[in-house]
Amino acid sequence: MDNELQNIVSVLVERFGVEPKEIRDQTSLIVSPEKISEICQSLHDEYGFPWLEVLTAVDYWPEQEPRFHVIYFLYSIEKSMRIGLRVPLPGVSPSLPTMVELFANANWRERELWDMFGIHFEGHPDLRRILMPHDWQGHPLRKDYPLGYEEVQFTFNAEEIDRDKPYAKE
Amino acid sequence: MLDQSEFAFNELRHLVSDRAIKGETMLLNMGPQHPSTHGVLRLLLELDGEIVVNCFPDIGFLHTGIEKNMEAKSYEKAAVMTDRLDYLNNLGNNLVYCMAIEKLADLDVPVRAQAIRVILTELQRIGSHLVWLGTHTLDLAAISVFWYTFRERELILDINEMVSGQRMMTTYFRPGGLWRDVPVEFEDAVRDFISIFPKRISEYEAMLSENPIFIERTKGIGVINPDEAVHWGITGPMLRASGVNFDLRKVEPYMGYEQYDFNVPTHTDSDTYARYLVRMEEMRQSLRIVEQALDKLPYGPVRSNNRKYVPPPRSELGTSMEAVIHHFKLWTDGFEMPKGSVYAATESPRGVLGVYLESDGSTKPHRVHWRTPSFDNLQMLPVLAKDHLVADLVALVGTTDFVLGDIDR
Repeated sequence: MDNELQNIVSVLVERFGVEPKEIRDQTSLIVSPEKISEICQSLHDEYGFPWLEVLTAVDYWPEQEPRFHVIYFLYSIEKSMRIGLRVPLPGVSPSLPTMVELFANANWRERELWDMFGIHFEGHPDLRRILMPHDWQGHPLRKDYPLGYEEVQFTFNAEEIDRDKPYAKE
Repeated sequence: MLDQSEFAFNELRHLVSDRAIKGETMLLNMGPQHPSTHGVLRLLLELDGEIVVNCFPDIGFLHTGIEKNMEAKSYEKAAVMTDRLDYLNNLGNNLVYCMAIEKLADLDVPVRAQAIRVILTELQRIGSHLVWLGTHTLDLAAISVFWYTFRERELILDINEMVSGQRMMTTYFRPGGLWRDVPVEFEDAVRDFISIFPKRISEYEAMLSENPIFIERTKGIGVINPDEAVHWGITGPMLRASGVNFDLRKVEPYMGYEQYDFNVPTHTDSDTYARYLVRMEEMRQSLRIVEQALDKLPYGPVRSNNRKYVPPPRSELGTSMEAVIHHFKLWTDGFEMPKGSVYAATESPRGVLGVYLESDGSTKPHRVHWRTPSFDNLQMLPVLAKDHLVADLVALVGTTDFVLGDIDR
């Protein structure tokens, strides 16, 4: 970790009481859900991290507390530094404040997390499914969601399978 | 389940302006099957005459659940899926995936493999830009450029086929190096391409750069100022055409990019024409990199010797019991990765392509997330398209240079 990033991390640790963690050569901070918008705001405004590079989540099912980790990577183009934020979330109604105001590209990325993990983003202007069809049930990237398959249709069972298919009928 | 038409109305209601509900503006679907949307993209347009009032991209038609599927496959098998993401930058996808694994497992990559990786991904960058140039100008009704660019792209695909047996879905880069060494004809084929291509770029430029129709259609269209570009997470040539000099090949060199001498073209006009100029110059710079890498292509092995991750060569199987065990273990189970998470990023033809990989210590990845450049670049389209003509929207779709496989994953 270079010195400048080290300084920023130690200031943040002191100010917000977050926990630093070095994974490989990537510096990450473990942030509680209440503090995430404050930290993002100060990284964006004061420390010059204007670009949200990655926003994703990991599911640790069957663990429940915390079940999800939401991961932010912020990047500073001026200083070529990357900082990671990891937000642990519970399995029951996971929710985070939205970052759309700070980083415009968070809009679709948060929609993707809602679609794929069922993580709710409070204050998001348009939280709809983005990749899956609008009437899809469940959140596919959760670990308790089966990979799924479609049964192959042969002449002897074609009609039977057809009958149970969920697509629109006449 | 809602009735389809009822749903369509509910979906529209909160997106469009009140004027659309009163019938003052027109709602129009562009796509999913529209020739200029470059794949299956649906753009819901609210039009006032010919002016775009609102534009809502609807994506997901090409969603193949690659991130989910990768979790169910061993690391080596999952590599095959990476080709299918951004289908104009297959080798680039292989590269970033392998880089993530190599970073997490501390796996070494021999220098020859690194140089060949650079040569092939740079050729792929040229190939991708050629598709962009061809289809972008095709959308602007300049059909001849398309035929020329695809003629040259064919040479690149031939090189792909020569090294890997496949024109597009190569899976040529493997964790720890390459699938196998390049054939002897490789060097001549690349040299031929290097000698032909500069003239061909000049040919395209002769057709377009001073073409009054092309200039009319592109100058001043879709201006993105630098702050806005960063705010929207735009990367790649689009960002550089807005005057931000940011290229991961320079900022965080990987695969030995620091040894090569090349420039990062930028432009300050920030419009569609500037993006055209930047991409044309990028092709020239890529060619410079390819030439330098080929000139000092070292000899040696192309795959790491770490038998825990890389299968032993065929010759060893007859003589070494250990090699047989490794072979069996790798092709039945796959390799076990150390626990942890890693993020690797590269500069793809479209921008920053990253992989976030998390391992739980087993032979299958716990989570693979693809940070794809097209996903962010397309997000800005509604902002760009606002108050432009529908015809300009087509130019904007072209200049964004997205690949739907990259967006929908």
